Amino acid sequence: MRVRRLEAFFLPLVSAALLVALWHAAVKTSGTNVFPSPAAVARGLAELARKGLLLRYVRDSLWRVAAGYGSALLVGIPVGVFLGESPVAARVCNPVIQFLRPISPLAWIPVAIVLFGINNLAAIFLIFLASLFPILVSTMNGVRGVPAMYRQAGRNFGLSGAARLSRVVFPAALPEILTGTRIALGIAWLVVVAAEMIAVNSGLGYLVIDSRNAGKRYDLVVAAMLLIGVIGLVLNVAITSVSRLRAVRWGFRAEAG
Amino acid sequence: MIPAADRVTTASKLALRGLSMTFRTDGKDVKVLENIDLDVAAGELVCILGPSGCGKSTLLNIVAGFLPPTAGSVSIDGEKVAGPDSRRIFVFQERGVFPWLTVEGNIGFGLGRLDRAERTRRIAHYVQLVGLGGFEKAYPHELSGGMKQRVEVARALAVDPDVLYLDEPFGALDSITRLVMRSELLRIWQSERKTILFVTHDIEESVQLADRVVVMSARPARIRSIVDIDLPHPRDLSSRRYLELRDGIFEEIGLAHKI
Repeated sequence: MRVRRLEAFFLPLVSAALLVALWHAAVKTSGTNVFPSPAAVARGLAELARKGLLLRYVRDSLWRVAAGYGSALLVGIPVGVFLGESPVAARVCNPVIQFLRPISPLAWIPVAIVLFGINNLAAIFLIFLASLFPILVSTMNGVRGVPAMYRQAGRNFGLSGAARLSRVVFPAALPEILTGTRIALGIAWLVVVAAEMIAVNSGLGYLVIDSRNAGKRYDLVVAAMLLIGVIGLVLNVAITSVSRLRAVRWGFRAEAG
Repeated sequence: MIPAADRVTTASKLALRGLSMTFRTDGKDVKVLENIDLDVAAGELVCILGPSGCGKSTLLNIVAGFLPPTAGSVSIDGEKVAGPDSRRIFVFQERGVFPWLTVEGNIGFGLGRLDRAERTRRIAHYVQLVGLGGFEKAYPHELSGGMKQRVEVARALAVDPDVLYLDEPFGALDSITRLVMRSELLRIWQSERKTILFVTHDIEESVQLADRVVVMSARPARIRSIVDIDLPHPRDLSSRRYLELRDGIFEEIGLAHKI
């Protein structure tokens, strides 16, 4: 067990170090003067931190994701539960959902700008829209797939409709709902970068596009990419750990092992 | 008034009258149950025995109030059944336990109306009764099939129902666990004295458990015969009378008792 845990920590570290070494070697041997070396990127990061931009941009990006993704949770889960419970409503709404779902969030950018202007709200709207569908669809499917046996048992023990929903249907559907929220968070983090390139003047997406446009600072472009990757990783680890909670682990048995 | 009260205690707990059920599938009517009449006395353990797919589970679902019958009625203590009720609990195969709750959480599921102290006391009592001491905090996916089945039985007993409906409860268990569970059920039945309606397709199981075995025909299910099992508990599975009764039912169903 301990050896395993050490491996789980140590091996990714080794591969990351190898990647950096490879990157350094590639920059040196190719003699490029466009692509920055790891050291240059580290200096770029230090510069951003000194100017106070690093924390501000990270904070702004995270805040936008929190707002857009949070409102997608607030809308998607209740609506998904309702659609999962009501076959008629689902039949009415499903064609619309299935039609809107495959449209890339990026295609909504002009619409978002028309609706909200070039500002924060447009970015948040895009994130909301992109994370809404996975949450909505997985909640709907999860609720619809709750075994009839559980609902019957709930009725048998005298639970009213609302109590059945909160004590039987919701917990039974929770693993699938969590899967949807995990996918949605990943998408939200992808979309915030794109939205910030167009709609706002802060955040990591803005840092990428601004560093390139204002003087081709590729050291800062790569620094922003690294930050985006690391934060995305942390977000995924955080939300994955939710599915390890004992009350939902039964739904993730294949992954939990 | 007194004779009337007397009559209630001696009259049947559960009365099925002219019960019929027809399902409509693909525009065709499929008759599943036909004219079932049955009385079950309070505290009696009755097995409903029939081949798979004969409609005995449908019968149990109707009796429990989950399905309205096409014709006929079910009454309990003279009162017509209109829906499920926590005084009569349906026990599924072990798949009916809630995977998101611990053993304690499952057993206490129907006890929301009790105060905390009473709830804790009841949970502890039924954990012991079904022999799950030490597993209170375990989740169902950490338990074996037999243990999950015990959780479900305990969850049903905890709300102190008068009647238990068991739908092939041990069908998914291995044969050894099944035998253990049968004697556990009998032990619990003898200490708690519930009226039990037990659906099974297993002839041996029905003769081991029941006061009476209701033998069903193939679809549409009708009552073919009702066999009194006049054996005291614990039952000797190699006694002459046991074998006689068992073979009688084998013949009744039309199975040669050879393979």
